[in-house]
Amino acid sequence: MSETSMTMTKSAPVDRTGTPLVELRDISIAFGGIKAVDHVSLDLYPGEVVGLLGHNGAGKSTLIKCLSGAYQMDAGEIFINGEKAEIRNPRDARDYNIETIYQTLALADNLDAASNLFLGREITGPGGFVDDARMEAETRKIMGRLNPNFRKFKDPVMALSGGQRQSVAIARAVYFNARILIMDEPTAALGPHETQMVAELIEELKAQGLGIFLIEHDIHNVMRLCDRASVMKNGQLVGTVNVDDVTDEDILGMIILGKRPGE
Amino acid sequence: MTQTSSATRQDGASPHTSAIGRFLRATEIDTRLLGMIGALALIWIGFHLYGATFKGFGAFLTPRNLWNLSVQTASIGIMATGMVLVIITRHIDLSVGSMLGVCAVVMGVVQVQVLPGLIGFGNPAIWIIAAIIGMAVGTMIGAFHGFIIAYGKVPAFIVTLGGLLVWRGVAYLITRGETIAPLDETFKLLGGGPYGAIGETGSWIVGLLGCAGVLWLLWNGRKRRRSYEFPLRPLWAEGVLGTIGCVLIIGAVLVVNAYPWPKGIVRQYAKANNIEVPDGGLFISHGFAIPVLILVAVGIAMTVLLNRTRFGRYVLAIGGNPDAAELAGINTRLMTVKIFALMGLLTGLSSVVASARLGSATNSLGTLDELYVIAAAVIGGTSLAGGVGTIYGAILGAFVMQSLQTGMVLIGFDSAMQQIVVGSVLVFAVFIDTIYRRNLK
Repeated sequence: MSETSMTMTKSAPVDRTGTPLVELRDISIAFGGIKAVDHVSLDLYPGEVVGLLGHNGAGKSTLIKCLSGAYQMDAGEIFINGEKAEIRNPRDARDYNIETIYQTLALADNLDAASNLFLGREITGPGGFVDDARMEAETRKIMGRLNPNFRKFKDPVMALSGGQRQSVAIARAVYFNARILIMDEPTAALGPHETQMVAELIEELKAQGLGIFLIEHDIHNVMRLCDRASVMKNGQLVGTVNVDDVTDEDILGMIILGKRPGE
Repeated sequence: MTQTSSATRQDGASPHTSAIGRFLRATEIDTRLLGMIGALALIWIGFHLYGATFKGFGAFLTPRNLWNLSVQTASIGIMATGMVLVIITRHIDLSVGSMLGVCAVVMGVVQVQVLPGLIGFGNPAIWIIAAIIGMAVGTMIGAFHGFIIAYGKVPAFIVTLGGLLVWRGVAYLITRGETIAPLDETFKLLGGGPYGAIGETGSWIVGLLGCAGVLWLLWNGRKRRRSYEFPLRPLWAEGVLGTIGCVLIIGAVLVVNAYPWPKGIVRQYAKANNIEVPDGGLFISHGFAIPVLILVAVGIAMTVLLNRTRFGRYVLAIGGNPDAAELAGINTRLMTVKIFALMGLLTGLSSVVASARLGSATNSLGTLDELYVIAAAVIGGTSLAGGVGTIYGAILGAFVMQSLQTGMVLIGFDSAMQQIVVGSVLVFAVFIDTIYRRNLK
């Protein structure tokens, strides 16, 4: 019952007739003989949320790190807007407007929110000096939108709560006008209220036409937030399904048994 | 009765402590900075009183000793500012003492054996060419270390431990153990001494510029905060900060100007310039020594670098979380090379000061300096766990180390005792620091 009410609130179906925003074709990567990702293909359309599911070690994070530039794939191709993309490091990914919110949040704990938000992309003033005041002002602006209760602009982020740290990581991805957003378990460390906040944000970004890869363990969140779900097992893609066409049990079956619905 | 008094004391104590707390919050003074200044004051006063009580003369708090202290601190202090960056990024550099030796002998050979033959003995360009070559050698050695650490993935501890031996050996091979002297006269001015100081008027000019700088920083900071509508410090707090800064600077000027040239130098100078020396002697102030001004300039430059540039921000980010820095698109390997190259450059500069002060270059110059430099950085609050450290702290740390050393010499401790004290202080300071950090969380 609650499931249907959730799906009812979902925005209009995604238009998948045009060029995909992201196409991962036949991606493989191995670590010391273990095939972490084994010939996986995925795509993502503008305004779409694609959930990535699977057990720990199924290869979800590894696959997505090829897109974010943290890992280099052994074989396969990535296409952004139909054009072949060369992503060798995180800087390349950023040039393609790919932003990533890592599960570990990837924050420098000793720096404040503004320094983290602008890390690697500092605003500089005359003489090439970093303009901390302006970065803090910008941070206050975006935090006012994402997390109005956020006050600790002067403290190093190690002094922040899990939710506050999360909002810094999200602000970093959102601030720079990402077109492709990768979220690795964005709600894992959050309470119910903050989880709701992230869910609303995802809806909002989706409406703006961003494509989002969402790595998620909670089937409930997947059913609620995603348009499609791709399930991985032992480095291989089990399958990609329309969330509206399947039940929780179908997806669980894919995760646990590695079988597509109906197989 | 007792109870009431203790109760009143408690009542009285809480607003009292909160007043200090309020003061610190309003002025935004780092409590750690206060602690270090307190420790330094304790050392100075302690040695002075000890001398006054047991030796009949407190030699520590005299212009002469403080002036010498400032000159002796310069070499270690310059390197300590670079060591801060190295340690912040979770590395270490054990080779700075040996690098200093190599730079010194290279500069010695260049200015004593090579350049006089090429451009003539006493050529006014000799000092600067030698200094630049020395700093270039330091930079290249540092970059080489950084390259092996970053791209060869050999831990900095090992690379620089190897460097400690290798470069001391190289220094010996260059000189064959001989002392290279005398160095160029202009070059020697960079090491201090009566002629290597800027005199009374010059010191006042530097001091007043320093005061103007402090006031400008406060005013500019306030203006920026206001333009973004950030909370401002109360005006009285700004006033207090400005006053403290200016008083310290003016105090330093008064001290260095109160230290006159020795009689022999005055006579020499008077003779050379045809000045009549009056009966009471001629009072010519030393003023700030050139190496001290170099240290101040390096301190300011390094502070700006660490706090106001992308480079510095990346240094801190790498120290806080190397993976996050990498994921944020920072080229952490190239950063490592640059940081060690900078450490080498500063070692080269420090070598200029150290060899100029000595007036000669020997292959043993800088022996054990690495330990003093690391100790200065660590006593100054640089965390070996990475991510935390300040330039002013390292310079203060260098002052603490040098004050201990000088003080013990003045009261007649032998070198064995000095080693024991310096080593113990280092461990104790880090222990205090650990407690401080634990309570901070």
